[in-house]
Amino acid sequence: MSRKPPFEAIVETHGATVLRVCRAVVGAAEADDAWSETFLSAMKAYPALPDDANVEAWLVTIAHRRAIDAGRAQSRRAVPTDSIADRADRADRSEPDPDLMAALEGLPDKQRLSVTYHYLAGLPYAEIASILGGSADAARRAAADGIAALRRSTVVATSQTTDRTTR
Amino acid sequence: MNTESDLAEALHHAVIVDSDHLGRLRSRLAASAATQGLLDVAYRTIDTPVGSLLLAATDTGLVRVAYANEDHDRVLQTLSDRISPRILHHPSRLDTTARELDEYFAGRRRTFSVPLDWRLSAGFRAAVLQHLTDIEYGHTASYATVARLAGHPKAFRAVGTACATNPLPVVVPCHRVVKSDGSMGGYLGGPDAKATLLELEAAA
Repeated sequence: MSRKPPFEAIVETHGATVLRVCRAVVGAAEADDAWSETFLSAMKAYPALPDDANVEAWLVTIAHRRAIDAGRAQSRRAVPTDSIADRADRADRSEPDPDLMAALEGLPDKQRLSVTYHYLAGLPYAEIASILGGSADAARRAAADGIAALRRSTVVATSQTTDRTTR
Repeated sequence: MNTESDLAEALHHAVIVDSDHLGRLRSRLAASAATQGLLDVAYRTIDTPVGSLLLAATDTGLVRVAYANEDHDRVLQTLSDRISPRILHHPSRLDTTARELDEYFAGRRRTFSVPLDWRLSAGFRAAVLQHLTDIEYGHTASYATVARLAGHPKAFRAVGTACATNPLPVVVPCHRVVKSDGSMGGYLGGPDAKATLLELEAAA
């Protein structure tokens, strides 16, 4: 007998991660629509998903394919960080770092997607390779290059973040 | 210099997800899924004098009412196994049911008009449950009487089983079935819930 969790539990568990991935892949302006399309598409296919599938990798793959289909993942530009900065005004939230987000958005596609899928979605490099094409080693190198570039471009910003958290 | 995990954490903070915002996206997802015919089971919970009740509906109608002591998460898993895993929290499909239950618990409603989906009960149990609506509001009947009504006078134990596995308690009034000696008998929502419902109906 199938022991698949109700789809609500899938949304509950993975909704925030998929939204982060959508923001990093298609930008804040289109992220909400990309999120909705990803989960609608996933819900359609969910009954046929093998019970032992890696659900997070499956969702990220759907989000990635939809972004490619819509021509968004390759051709996007960095988006204004206003909406993210606005959320920083909320007192109960730790402040987001618009500089780091802008730096992530500025990375070449392969680096940006490898960093996003590994560091935001937590996928192993073998899964990322099957999403992006190429080898696991290539995905690992792209992510390492991306991280190095982020570190170079955000030394000031990240030290500010550290200061804030110690207050 | 930051470690790799610090940077990963900073990335999470950079792409902050607001829980209200995510909640709105989830409501919108459920509405779209319902419109596109993808939502096989919609559910919500309501607070009542007998505790939190889980309500679940298919396209056909109300398919499950569950007491908190049945464990709502377990009930949802069973619905996933037996009907479909395409289940979302989507209160609006259950607005009418919720309103009628509110009216019932306020003593202002005696029968329910919402369509029922009987697919979770079959055979003799289903036949028994469908006869329970013959017992009028404020009245009770013994297990033996219900067995007679269902056409199997000797099957009063099976009537007990049917009531104990009623997928639609409160709406399908298994609480009105009592022992022949007048004592209350068991109830899937617990004896307190049964007493509350019988007192409510006696007072109205």
